[in-house]
Amino acid sequence: MKPGLAIGALLAGVALIAALVSLVWTPYDVTALAISQKLQTPSAVHWFGTDHFGRDIGAMLMVGARTSLAVALVAVGIGMGLGVPLGLLAAARPGWADELTMRGNDLIFAFPSLVIAILITAVFGPSAINAIIAIGIFNIPVFARVTRAGALSLWTLDYIRAAQVAGKGRARISVEHIVPNIANLLIVQGTIQFSLGILAEAGLSYVGLGAQPPLPSWGRMLAEAQTMVTLAPHVAIFPGLAIVATVLGLNLLGDGLRDALDPRLRRER
Amino acid sequence: MTRYIIKRLLSLVASLLAASLVIFAVIEVIPGDPAAYMLGMNAAPDTVAALRESLGLNVSLPVRYANWLAGMVTGDFGISYTYKVPVADLVQARLLISLPLAGLALLLSTLIAVPVGLLAASRRGRWPDYAVMGGTQLGIAVPNFWFAMLLVLAFALNWRILPAGGFPGWSDPLMAVRALVLPSVALALPQAAILARVLRSALIETLGQDYIRTARAKGLTGSQALVRHALRNAMIPVLTILGMQFSFLLAGAIIIENVFYIPGLGRLIFQAITQRDLIVVESVVMILVFAVILVTFLTDLAYAAVDPRLRTRG
Amino acid sequence: MSLLSVTDITVSIHGTPLLDRVSFAVQPGEIFGLVGESGSGKSLTALALMGLLPDGAITTGHAELEGLDLLNQSEKALCALRGNRIGMIFQEPMTALNPLMTIGDQVAETLMVHRAMPRAQALAVAREKLDRVGLPEPRFPLRLYPHELSGGQRQRVAIALAIALKPALLIADEPTTALDVTTQAQILDLLRDLVEDEGMGLMLITHDLAVVAGLATHTAVMQTGQIVEEGLTEQLFRARAHPYTAALFAASAHQPARVAIGTPEPLLVVDHATRAYALARPSAFARRPVLHAVDGVSFTLHQGESLGLVGSSGCGKSTLTRAILGLDALQGGEIRLLGKRVSPAMPNAMRADVQVVFQDPYGSFNPRWRVDRLVAEPFHLMPVPPPDWRERVAEALVEVGLHPDDRRKYIHEFSGGQRQRIAIARALITRPALIVLDEAVSALDVRIRAQVLDLLAALRKSHGLAYLFISHDLSVVRAITDRVLVMEAGQIVEEGPTEALFEAPRHEVTRRLVAATPQIPIDWMETAR
Repeated sequence: MKPGLAIGALLAGVALIAALVSLVWTPYDVTALAISQKLQTPSAVHWFGTDHFGRDIGAMLMVGARTSLAVALVAVGIGMGLGVPLGLLAAARPGWADELTMRGNDLIFAFPSLVIAILITAVFGPSAINAIIAIGIFNIPVFARVTRAGALSLWTLDYIRAAQVAGKGRARISVEHIVPNIANLLIVQGTIQFSLGILAEAGLSYVGLGAQPPLPSWGRMLAEAQTMVTLAPHVAIFPGLAIVATVLGLNLLGDGLRDALDPRLRRER
Repeated sequence: MTRYIIKRLLSLVASLLAASLVIFAVIEVIPGDPAAYMLGMNAAPDTVAALRESLGLNVSLPVRYANWLAGMVTGDFGISYTYKVPVADLVQARLLISLPLAGLALLLSTLIAVPVGLLAASRRGRWPDYAVMGGTQLGIAVPNFWFAMLLVLAFALNWRILPAGGFPGWSDPLMAVRALVLPSVALALPQAAILARVLRSALIETLGQDYIRTARAKGLTGSQALVRHALRNAMIPVLTILGMQFSFLLAGAIIIENVFYIPGLGRLIFQAITQRDLIVVESVVMILVFAVILVTFLTDLAYAAVDPRLRTRG
Repeated sequence: MSLLSVTDITVSIHGTPLLDRVSFAVQPGEIFGLVGESGSGKSLTALALMGLLPDGAITTGHAELEGLDLLNQSEKALCALRGNRIGMIFQEPMTALNPLMTIGDQVAETLMVHRAMPRAQALAVAREKLDRVGLPEPRFPLRLYPHELSGGQRQRVAIALAIALKPALLIADEPTTALDVTTQAQILDLLRDLVEDEGMGLMLITHDLAVVAGLATHTAVMQTGQIVEEGLTEQLFRARAHPYTAALFAASAHQPARVAIGTPEPLLVVDHATRAYALARPSAFARRPVLHAVDGVSFTLHQGESLGLVGSSGCGKSTLTRAILGLDALQGGEIRLLGKRVSPAMPNAMRADVQVVFQDPYGSFNPRWRVDRLVAEPFHLMPVPPPDWRERVAEALVEVGLHPDDRRKYIHEFSGGQRQRIAIARALITRPALIVLDEAVSALDVRIRAQVLDLLAALRKSHGLAYLFISHDLSVVRAITDRVLVMEAGQIVEEGPTEALFEAPRHEVTRRLVAATPQIPIDWMETAR
């Protein structure tokens, strides 16, 4: 295994385990306030220190990992679930279906996820669900484009024509021949969108359009830390490091997977 | 060429219309009665009726949509419910901060990314390449608003060489630019990392093309072939990313204004959301989307300037 | 003194030996042919001389151009030589030119790099050179971009920029392989004229013995990194002293055993088939021009017959093929198979009667499926796949000369020739009456091609198959078909029994095709040992 892939798997794995463990156990209760313990620097008792309410930052980071990963994962699911079929359709039916799908994609591209979140929040009020929907919608055209581009290059190949001569329809060919051969592309794009989703979720929560109190999230921890950054820099530094480590891990994992799955690179060895 | 521009212009108008329909539907149709929504549950019926009257809600939806569009074309975005002043005035003042911030960041990111990408591609597989790849990998992973907080901590609070926040206005351009230095650096660096990586891989891809071999057979050195033939061909994927980056930077500018307490579009829109001032939200969102669509259009024109195949085929 | 003398060049890349003590010489004003099958090291030899081998290559030996040692030069000195004393042109004209630069600038660049010539002056010389290679004003102004030219015209531009400084040596690496026969003949004529006029040496690299026979004074035959034989072309070709040369010769002239046709019952009837496409508008408000890809084509293919369809690229062969396979609808006329109408909506049982083998041995198979699933794919045409489908796949593999155990392998484990055999097995599996062979042997090396042609002849005999053999390569069509159709601009311009048609072509298009096809002189063939 390449070092990049190993480091990536390790970093992403730590975040994932922290999120899973937080479901059953955290070192401290993240909802219990202890003002007397506020803004403590890292120590043996509180490894990552405490925030302005005296909550354990380590415990909050664990629950924050859960929020971030869940939001990004569901958003990737929305993007793949809708984007991949749209991309397959566009590639299989050149002409109006392709045109319509691609124009729809362009339209969504004009709405950055922040703008979608603003629109939803303005009408329905803030919640973590908004972040999921906003990032998920943004992911749809990304997956549709990747799928379409990959599928279009396959549709020119002779094995697709052979399948047509064998009487198979476009839908069947898309499922049997196209999807398995673009799976690599989709996995790699999936990890990229996953890490972008974590960054986007942090940004949305930071400006108050994402996860709402009392649910801890890395972005909101940073928003709350901002006013006391001179007093207690660690309150602002640890959540940021958590984001960087997780996103870096996922990106390294994605690059490593791309190299490992790319048949062109494999053949050279 | 004319046909290409006409097609792009038509597509620009179509996108704007479609986007405005979506925004209108979300803001004015989904909430049911916007006036009631803005005033909250405890509003007296006659207050609601008055607001409906002043917002022009007492006509059919298509007419309202048409009025809204016609207003925007003439620069009339309505009156803000909370500020009681024309939205156009509010937005104009904020745009004059947010747009220069995004533009400055885009410029900075390009200025950093191009030499770095060129360096990495021309030294592929050697230490400068590894250094660039490692550095950019980290740069991509850093959230810009957190990076901004670190910059404030270091440059403003610790070393006190740049202002920590606020915006003095454009009356003193030097002070204004000074106030925008940290925010634009915070925005630009992560984007520069992405751009440098895209440029590097586009260059490496074009360096493998047959016409590079032809150029080398002509007697061009490796670096001559890189600059004269590869760079221009690599611009095509880079332009795509540059176009998309503008929308990320605009969104990023809105977020990062919070770190520096800059009174830009971000502050305006987040206050409008809390105060349920739908008129302001609707207008600002439309302006943001307009900016993104306009940049897409400009990117398409840039493609045609670079690629003669688009000029003749349309 | 030789213009270029090469002595014992050995090349290895990342430790893999690829060239083994290659030696030859090129005289001034001479055409030197380097022939061999793919992977024999021909192109590598050229790149080694140019100093353009990929990173990780180690070259030993000696090469001298006009008395100058080529292998021990600094990169700077090599840059001064390339394009100046040695020019080179490559196989793929569609990608060899920078798409974003005008042809004038690309030719002028050679002059500006070496002579520090001002741009205006360089462009004036570029104009002369483009005139020289047959791209005169006003039809071909300097401001054209590559995409506005055809493949043959682009190859002319590539030649112009390679000869702009009158190099002593021009290396042409498969310069006509990507072009159709008529264009190939024109480019080869141009190269011959240039050698005569400019007195330069030409090193012509090709896989095609006939091209070398018509052009080169000296020829060297290459096999797996070694030159196995070298000499004056005519002597070398007449003697065929080395067994490899003899084998290449036999394969390129190979004629599979003829198969007699039974009673001529019509199998496929094409009746006034028509299909047109609207093209892009030439300017903003012009009408869309219409391309009549297939324009009132009629012919009949009989049971058990092998029918050839030849024509240059863009003549409408592919469109007609798609219609016959029932992939695209016709706009006029009709196609009947065994009396029933062929269309995209035809029932699966009918599709089972016509199967296809494509050109590209690499793109013809889903890389993620095993051979048994690939070969069995046409069973989809049956209401229920036969219960003994595995046995039938094994049987089909044996029929095409492969092993039944090959069923469990993936396609990347096979060579190009084996893949075409698997493609034939896939076409056979539904026991069709007709197999469409769409350039099915064009991508194969001559010896492999001869074997596949034998296989096709044998299968036709044993299964009573009919073939529609589509190709741009007249020699292959001549070897395997009973009757030929010649297509041009969407229409059948001539048809007749294969031998008679090629011996005495009547239509001008056929005559042009036959004349353009490079051939080894008949009397060279006869003097075999």
